[in-house]
Amino acid sequence: MPRTEFTPSITTRPVYPGLSPVPGAAALMLADASGAEALIELALQDAALIAAAHVIYIPEGAPFGAALAALHPKHYHEGPSFSAILPRFRKALLDAHMGTRLYLAGSETLIGLAMAEALAAGLPVDAIQSDHRGSIARRMQCVHCKGITEGVTTDPFTCSHCGLTLFVRDHYSRRLAAFQGVCVDAETPGIVPELQEIKP
Amino acid sequence: MTIQFNDETFRDDYTFRNSAEAIRRFPFPFDRDSYMYSVNMEPHKGGREGSPFEKRFDVDEHYVAEMRDRAITLTEDPLRCQSLPHMELAGWDLLDLIMQSKAEDYPDLFSLQRDGNQWHWINRPLGIDQRFTFLDATTLPCGPMEYITRQAQGDFAVLDQREGNLWMDAGMVTSQADWSLDFDIGMNFFEWHAPVPRAAEMGVFQRALKFLLNVQQGSPARRLNWTMTVNPRLDTSPENYHKWGPEKRTITPENVGKKQFLRVELQTFWRLPRSNALAFPIRCYLISLEDLVTVPKWGRRLHRVLRDLPEDLAAYKGFAVNRPMIVDYLARFDDGAETSPGIFAD
Repeated sequence: MPRTEFTPSITTRPVYPGLSPVPGAAALMLADASGAEALIELALQDAALIAAAHVIYIPEGAPFGAALAALHPKHYHEGPSFSAILPRFRKALLDAHMGTRLYLAGSETLIGLAMAEALAAGLPVDAIQSDHRGSIARRMQCVHCKGITEGVTTDPFTCSHCGLTLFVRDHYSRRLAAFQGVCVDAETPGIVPELQEIKP
Repeated sequence: MTIQFNDETFRDDYTFRNSAEAIRRFPFPFDRDSYMYSVNMEPHKGGREGSPFEKRFDVDEHYVAEMRDRAITLTEDPLRCQSLPHMELAGWDLLDLIMQSKAEDYPDLFSLQRDGNQWHWINRPLGIDQRFTFLDATTLPCGPMEYITRQAQGDFAVLDQREGNLWMDAGMVTSQADWSLDFDIGMNFFEWHAPVPRAAEMGVFQRALKFLLNVQQGSPARRLNWTMTVNPRLDTSPENYHKWGPEKRTITPENVGKKQFLRVELQTFWRLPRSNALAFPIRCYLISLEDLVTVPKWGRRLHRVLRDLPEDLAAYKGFAVNRPMIVDYLARFDDGAETSPGIFAD
């Protein structure tokens, strides 16, 4: 699955420049189905890096588990969902030594949630690399009710919590791992612009 | 000085009003007949007698009513006041700064007596008499930042300084020009300004950040910012946009003078001594167009500024849809005469 190229936007819109190995530093890696190939490509660049790494993979039914395990990471773990791997991921962040690098690959939601955990755990932002692959669906916070709607692919969309029709902003909170959704017909209730598929 | 505090509202029936004195001292933000972003900083070391620049934290006739409005907003949405765990010391710094400034600048309204860490604070307009132990949050009814900003007009952002940047890590935000503290908390200076059009390309934020990182203790700075608001509403938050948004479309040529307000922010910047954080009060002043045009220079100038403002700025400031009616109204008060330099009335 190729890397996603995003259109230029405001400075809070995250970008994901891809993964490049930092030799010698301890490595924690996390990928979902769409990001697995990014870790395999990373291993091709630096086999020693992945041999010493802790790799966590969320396969979501994709067939890359065997290929990742065959890279013989120091620790290899598969889990069924982000919430399932979260305790292990948090423990790995807690145990991480100075200089540890975090490599994230896959959907924007996976990268965002993992990055929020890592920053809260005290990892410097410069120690985190990311590669966006797969769906461009967004995780949106409704600014009105504060509910999070996952997997948003249209603009506007309906808040899955309060039901307001929200437009999709590029303003992004790393703390929440979410973009901001704001009522699109606040001034003219009921007059909603035509639905569009969101673009990268 | 004695201040007669207004009994007025900033929501529902909107009984807010400016006295003749409040109009005269209004912080009109335009020093010329046009507007574009700039890093318009100046030292905050007093100003004309009677002006809102004179005292460190201006207290005016709206004080009691504004604090009542803040309490209503906080009851409805406690997320308007947040402080990340490492910011408590900065909260005490802010409490110290505001209490000392108010007690010295308005001795008839506020008093502060300190015996070591045993402090006694009296706020006469709000009827508060509080003894507490400085730096011990268990001796106040809430955290120090919330405690003091429930007694000080304007919004407050408290910015942590690290990694050569400023971080929005605490705040009390109930009278904002449409931004969300709950969403922006934890962001750095460039992140929370990201939605502002044009300014980043102009290098405004780089220069402003460089200035702010170097604000020194005892040498606060200030600037004015502005936008337009329909009705004298303090809580123009994104959280409640679906509630106040429809009001924006109630402007008519007949009511524009009464319902359309110029909203001015007096922003000040203070280095805090213990935490090295930067306190960033954002004080909001509102004036209806019909009150504003009673000062002929301001009527002429606001007409020219709003008429000539680039469309993207009008959209960002949220009044593009009402601009034609606003400009038509103000044109009646612009005879084409020259205006004098500076913000003050002639």
